[in-house]
Amino acid sequence: MNGIIDLSLWQLGAAYVFVLILLVIVRIKGISREKEILIASVRMTLQLVLTGYLLVAVFGHPSPLYTVLILIAMELFAIFTIIRRTKAKLSIQLKKVIALSMVSGTVTCLLYFLFVVVRISPWYDPQYFIPIAGMIIGNSMTGISLDVARLADGMQTKKHLVEGALMLGATPKMAAKTIVDHAFDAAILPTINSMVGMGIVFLPGMMTGQILSGTSPVTAIEYQIAIMLGILGSVALTVILFVQLGYKTFFNREKQLVNLDD
Amino acid sequence: MFELSDVTYKDILTIDHLRLEKGRVTCIVGESGSGKTTLLRLLNKLISCDRGTITYQGQDILDLDAVLLRRSVVMLPQNPAIYPGNVRDNLAIGLAFAEKLPASDERLRQALAQVNLNKDLDAKSDLLSGGEKQRLALARLMLLEPDVYLLDEPSSALDENTERLIIEALVAAAKDNGKTLIMVTHTRQIAQAYADRTIEISGGRIVSDREARS
Repeated sequence: MNGIIDLSLWQLGAAYVFVLILLVIVRIKGISREKEILIASVRMTLQLVLTGYLLVAVFGHPSPLYTVLILIAMELFAIFTIIRRTKAKLSIQLKKVIALSMVSGTVTCLLYFLFVVVRISPWYDPQYFIPIAGMIIGNSMTGISLDVARLADGMQTKKHLVEGALMLGATPKMAAKTIVDHAFDAAILPTINSMVGMGIVFLPGMMTGQILSGTSPVTAIEYQIAIMLGILGSVALTVILFVQLGYKTFFNREKQLVNLDD
Repeated sequence: MFELSDVTYKDILTIDHLRLEKGRVTCIVGESGSGKTTLLRLLNKLISCDRGTITYQGQDILDLDAVLLRRSVVMLPQNPAIYPGNVRDNLAIGLAFAEKLPASDERLRQALAQVNLNKDLDAKSDLLSGGEKQRLALARLMLLEPDVYLLDEPSSALDENTERLIIEALVAAAKDNGKTLIMVTHTRQIAQAYADRTIEISGGRIVSDREARS
């Protein structure tokens, strides 16, 4: 078996040929997306280069402060991304619920995963803490984004069904149940689907990265199984917390539907 | 049963004083946009007034639990909600919302017969016409046997003959069981024929309040 192939700058640059091919295709097809493609490619490169240097620095000088600061930065970025991505108008209360669900759901799962499953030492070891936190927070962010969109959209488009239920004496929980269930489904299904296809349809990114960097496939698979279960747990926990608290923000103390346009 | 004093809701409705008695049929008439539906929504506590007080059985409705109040004072909107599923599901969901025991198929069929809806319990609800949906929602409401029926144009999608039959059955059922019926209607003939009292609202204010001639 060959050793690890280190990519030179020229080799890395050659990969940008794919971006050029895409740019040529969209130009020929008349799809005006050149600017977005260029911005996305440059942004991805800059972000990863900066992250690479940051990780080298943090790994070289492990410190609980840096690890916690990076965790806070990831959480904040995820929360702002969820709020920015949602097209529907969100109330202050719902934004607070998004933040609370994200932080409590992901941190609970992360701590369990790091200290019970992987058992890292010291507790702030950035080599494990940061990548695993990234995967858990990133996937939970996608789950909650879908959840927020479905919940907000459902409460808007199915308002007459919710209010119709209230008129008949339903509690807000009963009135919003169908919408809450659909939102939960929408949020959790992508994670379940990716688990079903894993290893057959595609090799997951983390596992591929570990194998490419020289780790034994068996070790890579053990980590992948553990991290997938951690992701599933975190997505489920954050999404359950969000829907259980989130639907309540659409009702006031008098159990009336809140008009977001007011 | 209900008493409203100095009630204001936005610039839609202003009521200085209104008392609605138990066991009576009260019709509310007036042009569209005059505030009739707003009055029903205030009584069902779907909205709260900006100023003034509304009491139900002597208690300020702000002190009453909204869910318990709505189980006693049930409202049927002009375009009632029809839930996915069949006719049986739509009848059963009302009882489930009000946390009442499920009814037998025989009782469900009786409720359909009361509103003159000749449909199988397994019929898909989304295939019903507008008038059939309105009657299905009315049957669902009647199964709940509330103390007060708040009906917003319950016969707007019905032809004249069916409208008369349904309202007649509804009024008879309410009177026989000592229930209170407060109904918004666009048909003055319905008000004249069945109401014990007719209140006319215009521009958000009560402009006339007449007892039926006995």
